[in-house]
Amino acid sequence: MNIVVLMKQVPDTWSERTLRAADNTLDRDAADAVMNELDEYAIEEGLRLTEAHGGEVTIVSMGPEKATESIRKALSMGADKAVHVSDEALHGSDALVTSAVLAKVLERAGFDLVILGSESTDARTGVLAAMLAERLGVPQLTFASKVDIDGSAIAIHRLADYGYDTVEGTLPAVVSVVEKINEPRYPSFKGIMAAKKKPVETLTVADLGIDPAQVGLAASATEVVEWAKRPPRAAGVVVTDDGDGGTKAAEFLASRKFI
Amino acid sequence: MSAVQRLAADETTEALFGLAREISEQELSPAAPAAEQESRFPREMFRLVGKAGLLGLPYPERFGGGGQPYETYLQVVEELASGWLAVGLGVSVHTLSCFPIATAGTERQQGWLPAMLGGDQLGAYCLSEPGSGSDAAALRTRAVADGDSYVVDGVKAWTSHGGQADFYTLFARTAGDPDAADRARGISCLHVPAGTPGVAAGPPEHKMGMRSSVTAQVRFDAARVPGDHLVGEPGRGFSIALAALDAGRLGIAACATGLAQAALEAAVSYAGQRRQFGQRIGDFEGIQFLLADMATAVEAARSLYLGAARRKDAGLRYGQQAAMAKLFASDAAMRVCTDAVQVLGGYGYVQDFPVERYMREAKVLQIVEGTNQIQRLVIGRGLAAR
Repeated sequence: MNIVVLMKQVPDTWSERTLRAADNTLDRDAADAVMNELDEYAIEEGLRLTEAHGGEVTIVSMGPEKATESIRKALSMGADKAVHVSDEALHGSDALVTSAVLAKVLERAGFDLVILGSESTDARTGVLAAMLAERLGVPQLTFASKVDIDGSAIAIHRLADYGYDTVEGTLPAVVSVVEKINEPRYPSFKGIMAAKKKPVETLTVADLGIDPAQVGLAASATEVVEWAKRPPRAAGVVVTDDGDGGTKAAEFLASRKFI
Repeated sequence: MSAVQRLAADETTEALFGLAREISEQELSPAAPAAEQESRFPREMFRLVGKAGLLGLPYPERFGGGGQPYETYLQVVEELASGWLAVGLGVSVHTLSCFPIATAGTERQQGWLPAMLGGDQLGAYCLSEPGSGSDAAALRTRAVADGDSYVVDGVKAWTSHGGQADFYTLFARTAGDPDAADRARGISCLHVPAGTPGVAAGPPEHKMGMRSSVTAQVRFDAARVPGDHLVGEPGRGFSIALAALDAGRLGIAACATGLAQAALEAAVSYAGQRRQFGQRIGDFEGIQFLLADMATAVEAARSLYLGAARRKDAGLRYGQQAAMAKLFASDAAMRVCTDAVQVLGGYGYVQDFPVERYMREAKVLQIVEGTNQIQRLVIGRGLAAR
């Protein structure tokens, strides 16, 4: 089975993240770059599926040169090879443009199954799986907390507030995963050594037959018009227990719709 | 982001440091407080570290090791120890217990190394006895040749991983007199699988710190060990023990540096948040000077063990430098951890913050693998012999 896992390098959620004043795009120099956490679950699921059904896992990543570090990590976890789309022209691309570029890569590489995290921790649009499925003309099975494959049939548990729905489809398909699906493995030292020898193909938009004028900030349909820093955290509410502390705590939780 | 910016020779080394840091921060550090509180041995953490390939880093790849220089291996140990000292120290002890076979074993014995270094097994090092610590050569455990095997009788003390280990690297007397001036002669090294009949660990010691790591006596009661488990020449085991300890001391120095780094980071973080007299206490010069001395001690400790490691990697003599690194780094860790408690004040003295634990843990590093008095003796004798 030919599995492609989409992986994005994002700014570390634990560090102070910001946009660039000049063009309202992500300031990649302001924070450490790490692999999008949900993508680790996508990679793990890809590896488990190929361990069970055979085949190989290809990592596809679109991002600046620095994304190589995260690609190496994915390969050291056990993925077989990688495609890195890296081009200055892509800077500022929105989800629509990104999905167009990734669809070209996927058409070019061929696939039985595309797996991706259900969202990235930076943009958090969560729409890429749907856009890709539409562009590729294949079924989308999203928010999977479990994936089963039997021949060309695929069934997932689609996470919902009330539990899960079972969603079925046929391969080839696009699946997005949630963190409940598995426990991602750590790379191993042997994996790190092996990753050095694994092929990484670097592509520009021209290599994909895409006109550079059709991608990037200017070609994007959506635009960040304005943004503001998150306000500093307000002081907390202190509840004094005068015998009715439990009631006050319950009222507070109810006001926040926790209960 | 970790405060420690390491110089990595290449991308592989950088990725290895990143892996060690990730495991340290995401697995070890969160699990340590409860396990230390409950004296629970973290066997699952050693499996995790083993699976990641970190239990055999400094040994050749043909033995199933990572083929890494000590300069790299020790920084991995430092990272692990900064998350959980018991695990960092455990990796060092395991590495020590594999040293005799890796350096002095027969081809057949070295065939056991892939299993020993593969990540599933854990080793222990049995040198000290209840009556012989610093005077290690006065050991009384006997291994008597009987047919094609040795029959071992005696008691070993302060054994890390005692009762948990899969194999014991044992030093026992095949000849000679423990009270004689030449008592180092007649000591031999034996590789003893933990399941050998007659081998039993006593109850774990109740320690001041590092309570998750088991330390126990190991008793040998007519334990029969095959003759081909003798490592190196019969009667020449003490020189193997000393060579292993030279390398092991570098491991302790790396552990001490990791622990001190963790204490420093806790103190810096607290000083940046705690406000008194209308400002952060970290803005007071009095606290800054304390932190400055702590940071300097950590950097110096790291430089010292890395300097000794580079000598070892280059094939130079490094015993003196290893003793200096162990002495300095463990004394520095004790001081830095004590000062970290001081920076946190009352909060430093209670178990809600980790620094009181760090302070208890630091003490053992001044004692194990040669007390710091023995280190000074090693250094002093080296100078006198010039």
